[in-house]
Amino acid sequence: MSIDQNTAAKVAKLARIKVEDEALPALAAEFNTILDFIEQLNEVDVEGVDPMTSVTPQRLKRREDVVTDGNQADKVLSNAPDAREGFFAVPKVME
Amino acid sequence: MSDLNKLGLAEARDALRKGETTSVELTEACLGAIDKADVLNAFVHKTPEIALERAAAADARLKQGDAPAMCGLPVGIKDLFCTKGVASQAGSKILEGFVPEYESTVSQQLADNGAVMLGKLNMDEFAMGSSNETSTYGNAVSPWRRENEDTPLTPGGSSGGSAAAVAADLCLAATGTDTGGSIRQPAAFTGTVGIKPTYGRCSRWGVVAFASSLDQAGPMTKSVRDAAIMLEAMSGHDPKDSTSADLAVPNFEAMLTGDIRGKKIGIPKEYHMEGMPAEIEKLWSEGTAMLKAAGAEIVDISLPHTKYALPAYYVIAPAEASSNLARYDGVRYGNRATLEAGDGITEMYEKTRAQGFGDEVKRRVMVGTYVLSAGFYDAYYNRARRVRSLIKKDFENVFAAGVDAILTPATPSAAFGLGEMSDADPVAMYLLDVFTVTVNLAGLPGIALPAGLDSQGLPLGLQLIGRPWEEGDLLNTAYALEQSTGFVAKPGKWW
Repeated sequence: MSIDQNTAAKVAKLARIKVEDEALPALAAEFNTILDFIEQLNEVDVEGVDPMTSVTPQRLKRREDVVTDGNQADKVLSNAPDAREGFFAVPKVME
Repeated sequence: MSDLNKLGLAEARDALRKGETTSVELTEACLGAIDKADVLNAFVHKTPEIALERAAAADARLKQGDAPAMCGLPVGIKDLFCTKGVASQAGSKILEGFVPEYESTVSQQLADNGAVMLGKLNMDEFAMGSSNETSTYGNAVSPWRRENEDTPLTPGGSSGGSAAAVAADLCLAATGTDTGGSIRQPAAFTGTVGIKPTYGRCSRWGVVAFASSLDQAGPMTKSVRDAAIMLEAMSGHDPKDSTSADLAVPNFEAMLTGDIRGKKIGIPKEYHMEGMPAEIEKLWSEGTAMLKAAGAEIVDISLPHTKYALPAYYVIAPAEASSNLARYDGVRYGNRATLEAGDGITEMYEKTRAQGFGDEVKRRVMVGTYVLSAGFYDAYYNRARRVRSLIKKDFENVFAAGVDAILTPATPSAAFGLGEMSDADPVAMYLLDVFTVTVNLAGLPGIALPAGLDSQGLPLGLQLIGRPWEEGDLLNTAYALEQSTGFVAKPGKWW
């Protein structure tokens, strides 16, 4: 599997990282180097092997479904680049 | 007492309890050493006021006789740990200005134990790197140099600032984190000790996430005894981390008897890598001989899927990173790019992430995005998780056959010069983690300790891998090896 410039552009878009057009060939080349390395996994016989879901066998703990935290909007917003009137502010999302 | 910053945790603790020194004196010695070592770029956010305040509180506690093991001991905290009221950037520009409103569980436990935080330590951006060269703060520099040379060397990564600070005696010990070798590789490069505990031993809450199924915190110290003391303080169940194990934490230090008679030590044939320097092979066989002389039984073992650990890691870790790093969107914390008129929310995301992430982080986020994308999920991500199951099974098989610990080299080479790998492709840098990454994939505890110097006078480390949850036994084997190697070399002071 080889990645071309269009695929690299699509991946950048999916990852929401702006990549200038002139940087795409180098990016595609780097992807291909890494993917060539990863392709080794195709040599392994994984027939009948389950994908690992948890490295240590354990059941997730449960707790009562009750509120344990809250009422700290100021703290939640304190690191926001733009917070107004108790909300995170972002550029307009609808016309 | 002079040179208090050169003490280890155990010595300093004992001196404090005997009243031979105070935490304020220890802390002042470290703060003085830190201020003279800016060229190492290890401490990137210094917190002298917090340190002296905690030191005074620790001295009061010591006087009252209520002093846990870490009480009054000055340590550095890797920048990946969120610390309340203190900048926590994970070495990234995208988190510039982020000041957490909360404290990570591990750093809180250390504080509750009376440990004194000296400041935050340099690291590769989001812990993605093996040389501390991807940090927004610039390179951390190793206190070690090759004989008769002044080439600046890497302290390793991602916990490069932690390793440099401990090796240069800027602190008594430091926290690190390890996703593919980020504690053990820098420990090996700097002649220090680093242990990555079993996955789930230390809470990940408040530690900036890289690859959640692999990340673990651990101590970086000047001796195996110190690692035992600090690991105990960092460990334990945390309801805020659903993967943290609800298991009792033993007194690890009490398990350091040095008696390893009858222990079975496995030597995996697959770790004899082609092109490995003869010095590393020699170090490894000497370590094997030492364990044998101490009464252990040496057995040859096979971990047949070793070769596939790095490729599996470079699917799984980027996949998890692409998901974890989606939160850096310029909305809730950190930097937002300056926008142009007409830019909407998508442009805000794309510009913010393009400006805020460094090249290696972008690369991994995009590789992760690709392997998780429709049509490739099975071929890459699920296949890698299947291979991961096989890698874990390899270890389970040898432990089932009675092996207590596995001895390997920690790294395939000594530390290299900063910038020396800059022309190499990304995969060449990834190969530095070839001996450590299997341990994260299998969730096992692993410890790196210094075992000798190479022909240029640089430290080389060995790694011991233990059974899950048996860090105490693993530390004891490491303690026996430490006594046999008698490694005491320190970098000559040039900074």
